[in-house]
Amino acid sequence: MKAAVLLIPLLPLASFIITGLFGKRFFKEKSHYLSVGAVAVSWLLSMYLIVEVERGEELHWQVYSWIAAGSFKVDIGFLVDQLTAVMLLVVSTVGLMVHVYSIGYMKGDGGYYRFFAYLNLFMFSMFMLILGNNFLMLYVFWEAVGLCSYLLISFWYTKKSAANAGTKAFLVNRVGDFGFGLGIMLIFVTLGTLSYSGVFEAAGTIGTGTMTAICLLLFMGAMGKSAQFPLHVWLPDAMEGPTPVSSLIHAATMVNAGVYMVARSNPLFAESHTAMFVVALVGTFTAIFAASIGLVQNDIKKVLAYSTVSQLGYMFMALGVGAWGAGMFHLIAHGFFKGLLFLCSGSVIHALSGEQDMRKMGGLKNKTKITYWTFVIGALAISGFPGLAGFWSKDSILAGSFNHGYWYFWAVGLIVAFMTAFYMFRLIFMTFHGKPRDEKAFAHAHESPRSMTMPLILLAIPSALIGLALGLPPEDGHIDKFLEPVFEAAGIAPHAFGAVDLGLMALSALVGIGGILLAWQFYVKRPDDLPAKAGARAGFLYKAALNKYWIDEFYFAAVINPVMALGRGLWRWVDMAMIDGFVNGSARFFHGVGMALKPTQSGKIQAYLFSMFLGFLALLVAYLILTV
Amino acid sequence: MTPLQQYLALSMALFFIGAWGVLARRNLILVVMCVELMLNAINIALVAFSNYSPTGAGRGEVFVFFVFALAAAEAAIGLAIAIAMYRLKEKLSVDDLDEMKG
Repeated sequence: MKAAVLLIPLLPLASFIITGLFGKRFFKEKSHYLSVGAVAVSWLLSMYLIVEVERGEELHWQVYSWIAAGSFKVDIGFLVDQLTAVMLLVVSTVGLMVHVYSIGYMKGDGGYYRFFAYLNLFMFSMFMLILGNNFLMLYVFWEAVGLCSYLLISFWYTKKSAANAGTKAFLVNRVGDFGFGLGIMLIFVTLGTLSYSGVFEAAGTIGTGTMTAICLLLFMGAMGKSAQFPLHVWLPDAMEGPTPVSSLIHAATMVNAGVYMVARSNPLFAESHTAMFVVALVGTFTAIFAASIGLVQNDIKKVLAYSTVSQLGYMFMALGVGAWGAGMFHLIAHGFFKGLLFLCSGSVIHALSGEQDMRKMGGLKNKTKITYWTFVIGALAISGFPGLAGFWSKDSILAGSFNHGYWYFWAVGLIVAFMTAFYMFRLIFMTFHGKPRDEKAFAHAHESPRSMTMPLILLAIPSALIGLALGLPPEDGHIDKFLEPVFEAAGIAPHAFGAVDLGLMALSALVGIGGILLAWQFYVKRPDDLPAKAGARAGFLYKAALNKYWIDEFYFAAVINPVMALGRGLWRWVDMAMIDGFVNGSARFFHGVGMALKPTQSGKIQAYLFSMFLGFLALLVAYLILTV
Repeated sequence: MTPLQQYLALSMALFFIGAWGVLARRNLILVVMCVELMLNAINIALVAFSNYSPTGAGRGEVFVFFVFALAAAEAAIGLAIAIAMYRLKEKLSVDDLDEMKG
C-alpha cells in the first residue's frame, strides 16, 4: 500500500520531468506514450488503493520531517482514507480519460509535448493535494494545481485572450488563497499544529468565534478555487484553454479541490454553525446565479462553464446544510458527467474545426453519432433524469437540505435543477438538432478519431451507472456508509428513506423532465420565434444574464481601474518624480559641481603653485589673527 | 650693530622675488634658479636669528648646512628634469607641462 501511495504521484512527476526535458527534441509527436502510460499505471494503483480502503484499510504515514523550526513542525505525510479514495476515483479516472482524449485532440499542435508535460505535472499536484496529511501540503499543492491551471489556460499563449484568461484565473485565485493562507496561519497560531489528525482532534477546544473565523477564511480559499460567487469570474474565461484542460481541471478535478477541502475540514466546520450557513448560502446563491447566466450563453463551452460553477454551488449547498455524503456523491457524479460533457463539446468543436458558437451549429446528430449519444447521456445525467448519476446525487442533496430543515435552500435547488435541465437540452438541441445554421462548417463536419470517442464512451458508462452503484438506497446508500467514518465528527446521521423522500424524489425527477420538455418546446418545436419572444419578454433580466450581470465590469470599475490608476499615479509621481528625481538630481548636482571645478585642473604647474601660495598666505594670516 | 629687522627685510624681499619668479617665469631653468633664491632667503633668516638669539648660537648655522645639501640635490634634479624636458619637447616653457590637466 505504501509503495502504491508513493508511486501514484511520483509516476506522473517523473513523466513530467522526462517529457518536459526531452519532449521537444526526442519524443515530439510520440510524447503521449510516456505520459499516458504513467497516468494509466497511476490509475491502476488508485483502483487498488480504493479496493484496499473499501476493505477497511487506512494509511497514516509520516514520510519525513519537512520543516522543523521551533514549535513549527510540518511533515511530508500521506493520509489515505475514504475521502481520499473518493477523490482518487474521480481524479485518476477522468485524468486517464482526458490523457487518452488529448492524443486525438491535440494532434499536430506545436506544443504537443508541452501539453502532456503540463498535464502530468497537474496529475502529480492533484494527487499530492488529495493524498497529503496536513494543511500545509494541501496549501502547497493547492497552489501547484493553480499553477498548472494557469499554464494550461494560457497554453496557446500567443493568443492574447488566452494569456489574459490565465492571468485572470491566477489573480482571482490569489484573492481566495489569501484567505486560505490566513486561515491556515490562524489554525497554527491557535492549535500549534497543521496535521489533519492533530487539528481535528483539538477542534472541540477552540472557541466558536475563532472557529468561525478559521472556517470562513478556509472557505474563502474554496470560493476562489471552486469558483463560487463573487470569485467565480475566472472559470468561464478559463475556457480559453484547450478543451481537455477544461474537462480535467476546470470541471472534474481541480475546481473540486475547494469542495474537498471543506469536506476534509468537516470537524472544524461542524463546530461553527455560522460558517456552515455561509457555505450553504454562498453555494445556493452561486448555483442559481450561474445557472441563470448559463441559460442564455451562446458559446458551447461557456454554457458548460457556468453549469460547472452552478453545480459546484450545489455541492457547497450540500456541505453547508450538513449533507456531507451527498456533497461528495455529487462531486463524484459531477466529475464524471461534466468531464464527459466537456470532452463531448471538445469533440463537437473538433468536428466543426474550432467553431464554438452554438448559433452556428445544428443538425450534427447524424454526422457525429457517438458524440451525440454520449452527450445526451451526460446531459440526462446532469439534468437528473431518473436512474442516471445526477438524479441520485442531486436528489440526495435536495432531500438532505429539506430534511435538515433548510426548505428555502431546497426550493432554490429545485429551481436550479429545472434551469440545469433546460440549459443542457438547449445546448443539445441547438447543437445537434434542427437544420444546420452554417452550411460550410456543417459540410466539413466529421466524427472525431477513436482516441477521442473511446474516452467518451468510457466516461458515459459511469455517468449513467455510478448513481445506481453508489447511491442506493437514497441518503443511506453505499456512498454514505462508505464515507461515514470521515464525517463522523460532523455528526449528522443518515436517516431512513420514507414517504416524504419518495415525494421529493418524484418532484425533482419531474422538474428535470419538465426542463427538458420546455427546452424541446423552445429549441426543436419553435426555434425561430419562441426563444426570441421569451428573450424580449424577459427584457432587462435577459440582458443582465447575457452580460453575466456585469460582474466583470463591476470589478473593472471597483477594483481594477482604481488600482491601475493608483499604480500609474505612484509610478508617475512617486517613482518618476520623487525617487528618480532624487537620484537623478543628486547625480546632476555633483556633475554640475564637477563641471564648475574642472577649469582649476588646468595642468599648469605654476597655477597650482600659485594657489598653494595663496593657501599658505591665508593660513598664515589666520594664524596671526588668531594668536596675536 | 645692524638691527635684526634689516636682515629679515632682506630675507623677505629675496623670498618674494624668488616666489614671484617661481610663479611667473615660464623658463624652467629660471624657475629652478628662483627656487634656489627662496631657499637662500630662508638661509639668511636662519643665520640672522641664530646670531641674535641669546641661547641658540650656532644652531641656525647648522640648519643652513642642511638647506645647502637639500638645495644641491634639488638643483641636480631640477636641471635633470630640464634636460629631460628639452629632449622630449625641444623647449623649456613650463606651460607645456600640462599633460595632467583634468
